[in-house]
Amino acid sequence: MREILILSGKGGTGKTTLTAAFAHLASNHVICDLDVDAPDLHLILQPDTHSVEPFESGHEAIIRPEDCERCGTCLDACRYDAIQGEDPPVVNPLKCEGCKLCVALCPADAITWSPNHCGDWYQSDSRFGPMVHAQLFPAEENSGLLVALLRKQARALAEAKGLDLILSDGPPGIGCPVIAALSGTDMAVIVTEPTVSGRHDLERVLELCHHFKIRTGVIINKCDLNLDQANAIKAYCQAHQLPLIGELPHDRVFTEAMIQGQTVTEFQPEGAGAAVEAIWNNLLKLGAEPAPAEELAAIG
Amino acid sequence: MIIAVASGKGGTGKTTLTSSLVSVWPSPVVAVDLDVEEPNLHLFLQPEVDSETSAYMEIPEIDDERCNRCRACTDICQFKAIGIFGKVVMTFPEMCHGCGACWTICPEKAITPGRRELGHIVTGRFRTSDFAMGRLRVGEAMSPPLMRAVKHHLNSTHGQPSRDMIIDAPPGVSCPAINAVMDADVIVLVTEPTPFGLYDLALAQKAFAPIGKPMGVVINRADIGTREVHRHCEETGLPILAEIPYQRDIAEAYARGQIIAEAVPSARPLFDALVERITALGKTANPSEEVCHA
Repeated sequence: MREILILSGKGGTGKTTLTAAFAHLASNHVICDLDVDAPDLHLILQPDTHSVEPFESGHEAIIRPEDCERCGTCLDACRYDAIQGEDPPVVNPLKCEGCKLCVALCPADAITWSPNHCGDWYQSDSRFGPMVHAQLFPAEENSGLLVALLRKQARALAEAKGLDLILSDGPPGIGCPVIAALSGTDMAVIVTEPTVSGRHDLERVLELCHHFKIRTGVIINKCDLNLDQANAIKAYCQAHQLPLIGELPHDRVFTEAMIQGQTVTEFQPEGAGAAVEAIWNNLLKLGAEPAPAEELAAIG
Repeated sequence: MIIAVASGKGGTGKTTLTSSLVSVWPSPVVAVDLDVEEPNLHLFLQPEVDSETSAYMEIPEIDDERCNRCRACTDICQFKAIGIFGKVVMTFPEMCHGCGACWTICPEKAITPGRRELGHIVTGRFRTSDFAMGRLRVGEAMSPPLMRAVKHHLNSTHGQPSRDMIIDAPPGVSCPAINAVMDADVIVLVTEPTPFGLYDLALAQKAFAPIGKPMGVVINRADIGTREVHRHCEETGLPILAEIPYQRDIAEAYARGQIIAEAVPSARPLFDALVERITALGKTANPSEEVCHA
């Protein structure tokens, strides 16, 4: 079983648009949306959800004003400035990290420690196959744990159904959810764009991929937006033994397909769709071959 | 006034907007990049850098001699950052959230705060404005502690800020985004008129509503999609502060790392009008303060 993860560092470069098209082209696979914070893949795949499970993680401290003696111990101890006011003090859930120190120190035992239901995760069926996805509730934390849970479920599902590929749409950035999505995956594909931001963010997310010793390839989207930047990215890929899987033009057809709730490969099988298909074939070929020695050396 | 430029969906134009606002704002500001995972504002502002310092978080260091393996620390730690295996005590520094619970409660005083590098804080100047950013160390999972360190640095160096502050926030609607916008007086949500843009805008609205500060929307590439975002804003009472049309010259200037308000003259009036609308929205945030000033 193999896991392919689509990443970008920078948001809005086309991760989800491409993942959706790849989900259309792939066979024998489980589809997984690991952007649990702002998931969008389901907007294109419109899956039928047959199971909703709560995701509980961490706890929330709640001060009971009737038991609180206003001693100020919790206020002084909290390193997140999450406890505000004195009469009575109140925990700001947006700042509370769930560390339990206030609960442990409160001499009046006036702080309730309640499990936090911070999201839901779903098992669904899409027109391209089974899908696991989630929605972290707005303003919640612990997205890394939810990502890890989804990956575990995707693997279990693939095993149960005898499927050999997990195709995952990743979150933007390089922090906790990206690390949870990336560690131990078989291959990362970075979707970038020829802009100063795209290039800068590509370099940081690539460094992270190499930090975790993950084989990585690059797709340059909106390639004709700036040829100098596109060439600089290509030179960078070459210098870092980074396979260039393909490039796509800056084309409104990608947005038009999204508005129709279709993948670009469904919306325009010729043209842009064919270009995406060629990239998918390159990606499969790359994944099937062992990495050349120079590439392995670059990964570290 | 503190203005946070945020979005649910990434790549909608937060940095484009922030850099242009900093450029056209009528007085010098403090421009802050709190997208510490992938900071980009400096690529557009190209500030003169004054300082670059490492930021750290406190994590436990255990004195093996003093520790009597009572397990008080492993019992309280909510992040699985300390473990006792047989007679061996181990810490997992990358799991630690730096809450200090373990060394606060250790009855033997066997734990002292050590440190883990979170990344860098860079400060400098863009023309007459101040500039600050955080840059997360690659491999570091937690961005909120570095964001707090950047804010703490600004508070200690700028005292009571007389200057307006413009914050470039990270994408998403979970803890990093919340941390970036929670101190703002006005939240500007940048979106695009597509199904992804609409869905993530609605998430952002829900996430930021408890902060209780006025929010407004900027629709970028306003003519590429449908009218659903406009309709959503109208239905939920979210004011549309500006609409930036899709123009190839804007996209190209952005690709080169240029400030749109300067590189594309036709776009300048849009940003001037936006400054006025944001300022007006800010006045609704602190009406009592306005009375005092009057």
